[in-house]
Amino acid sequence: MRLQVNGEAKVLELDVRTSLLDALREHLGLTGSKKGCDHGQCGACTVLMDGRRVNSCLTLAVMAEGSEITTIEGLGEPERLHPMQAAFLHHDGFQCGYCTPGQICSAVGMLEELAGGMPSHVTPDLEREPELSDAEVRERMSGNICRCAAYPNILAAIKDVGGAA
Amino acid sequence: MKSFTYERPESVEAAVAAIRGHPQARFVAGGTNLLDLMKHEIEAPTHLVDVNRLGLDQVEETSDGGLRIGALVRNSDLAADARVRSRYGVLARALLAGASGQLRNRATTAGNLLQRTRCYYFYDPAKPCNKREPGSGCSALAGFNRIHAVVGQSDHCIATHPSDMAVAMRVLDATVEVVSAEGERSIPIADFHRLPGDRPEIDTTLEAGELITHVALPPPPPGQQVYRKVRDRASYAFALVSVAAVLDEAEGRVRGGRVAMGGLAHKPWRSEKAEAAMADAKPGQAAQAAADVLLAGARGHGANGFKIPLARQTLASVIAGCEG
Ligand SMILES: Cc1cc2nc3c(=O)[nH]c(=O)nc-3n(C[C@H](O)[C@H](O)[C@H](O)COP(=O)(O)OP(=O)(O)OC[C@H]3O[C@@H](n4cnc5c(N)ncnc54)[C@H](O)[C@@H]3O)c2cc1C
Ligand code: SF4
Ligand code: FES
Ligand code: FES
Repeated sequence: MRLQVNGEAKVLELDVRTSLLDALREHLGLTGSKKGCDHGQCGACTVLMDGRRVNSCLTLAVMAEGSEITTIEGLGEPERLHPMQAAFLHHDGFQCGYCTPGQICSAVGMLEELAGGMPSHVTPDLEREPELSDAEVRERMSGNICRCAAYPNILAAIKDVGGAA
Repeated sequence: MKSFTYERPESVEAAVAAIRGHPQARFVAGGTNLLDLMKHEIEAPTHLVDVNRLGLDQVEETSDGGLRIGALVRNSDLAADARVRSRYGVLARALLAGASGQLRNRATTAGNLLQRTRCYYFYDPAKPCNKREPGSGCSALAGFNRIHAVVGQSDHCIATHPSDMAVAMRVLDATVEVVSAEGERSIPIADFHRLPGDRPEIDTTLEAGELITHVALPPPPPGQQVYRKVRDRASYAFALVSVAAVLDEAEGRVRGGRVAMGGLAHKPWRSEKAEAAMADAKPGQAAQAAADVLLAGARGHGANGFKIPLARQTLASVIAGCEG
């Protein structure tokens, strides 16, 4: 099968059962995306699929054929950090770091959704543009669990990037 | 996960042909429920038909002033659709109350309707479960049943349907449009999900080989639309009890309205008789009258009895909150 990952075309021989997450980690060596629960409950495996955040553990690799996949490695590298990566560093948005790649990919996708005017459960008026409030960020990021409870600093990092954008 | 073959047809005809005569084949859309169940080997299809390339991802206006939603429209896109937000707020709110941002980006309209119960024992192959293995027994009856049904259940199964969206679809009187090799048909949402009875392994009236193509909404009924979900966490948790309502209230009285409830039964729970009982009453009386009908014969199984008063209170608070 052919996958388009971080701007590069990859040709892979995979068992059709392989999840997108396992394809990235085990077959392409992109170990930034993490496996927390493998059942859609923790968000550690979040990647961007055609720019939208998804749980790569609940997608088959073969179902991602034809889509552009962006992982944490594709967002930025140590010498060229993505603004969200830099903000997580600046605000100490992690402790053990296990959930962090998923948090960052999710945050990037989430800010796009917000900028596109997509509402959330806490948006007061469905017919108005949602705002970048603490409540909005918390609700929209609820699919990313952090066992170290670095939430306050994650929130600060995201608001920093969102406010600056 | 058990092994399977995979195919990705590009047309509805090809998808229907691919599944025809293969009772062990399944469609896969977002995959967020099916792949989860396949990892647990609770579902073990021998063939997967990926429906993501069929189109069916648009929301169209209908000539009668309603909407026709493609089966593949993602939950996040449906909730963000300007027409849904302004005319079907209860649907947007129900969608946004479900799952997480990532999951809603994949989850589809059809897949959401067809998601299976979250009963713990259904997920645990080591335990008897009539829904997973007909005839094996129901572990929830005398087990952990805090999330289980209080109305419409049977001695064979007390599971609830977990979807938020389906409760809103029920209050809006949606119609599920399906196609198979035999032709097309439309199923009113009221008849789509079924009660467990003595066949709890069957969740819906969809037949083997049928593909959902659209879900159609009639024009919105008059009144204020509300979705209220009560759960253990403020976000990212299934409903213990939920209420989808369209309420027409004026001068301190409920002129008319509709209510459907989630978290209580094997299907979205609605009763036209309950709605007749609400008409032309003060909010407090209307809520009581509706709850008396909706919860007639309700019974708990130990840990879920709290749902009965919770359902009453949630309904009362929704109806009181709509005073216009
Ligand atoms: C952690 C977690 C939390 C969740 N929380 C909530 C919640 O709070 N509220 C809620 O409502 N939901 C919740 N969900 C469930 C989620 O909404 C469903 O998994 C999702 O809607 C299923 O849609 P899908 O497109 O991914 O379906 P799939 O997994 O692709 O398919 C589900 C079923 O539908 C069938 N199917 C799909 N498309 C068609 C079609 N066009 N025609 C015929 N059959 C079809 C498949 O064969 C399969 O049997 C949660 C899920 C997870 C993992
Ligand atoms: S309630 Fe239904 S799904 Fe749960 S164990 Fe009993 S039979 Fe199985
Ligand atoms: S590993 Fe995918 S959500 Fe937890
Ligand atoms: S930083 Fe440890 S899990 Fe989030």
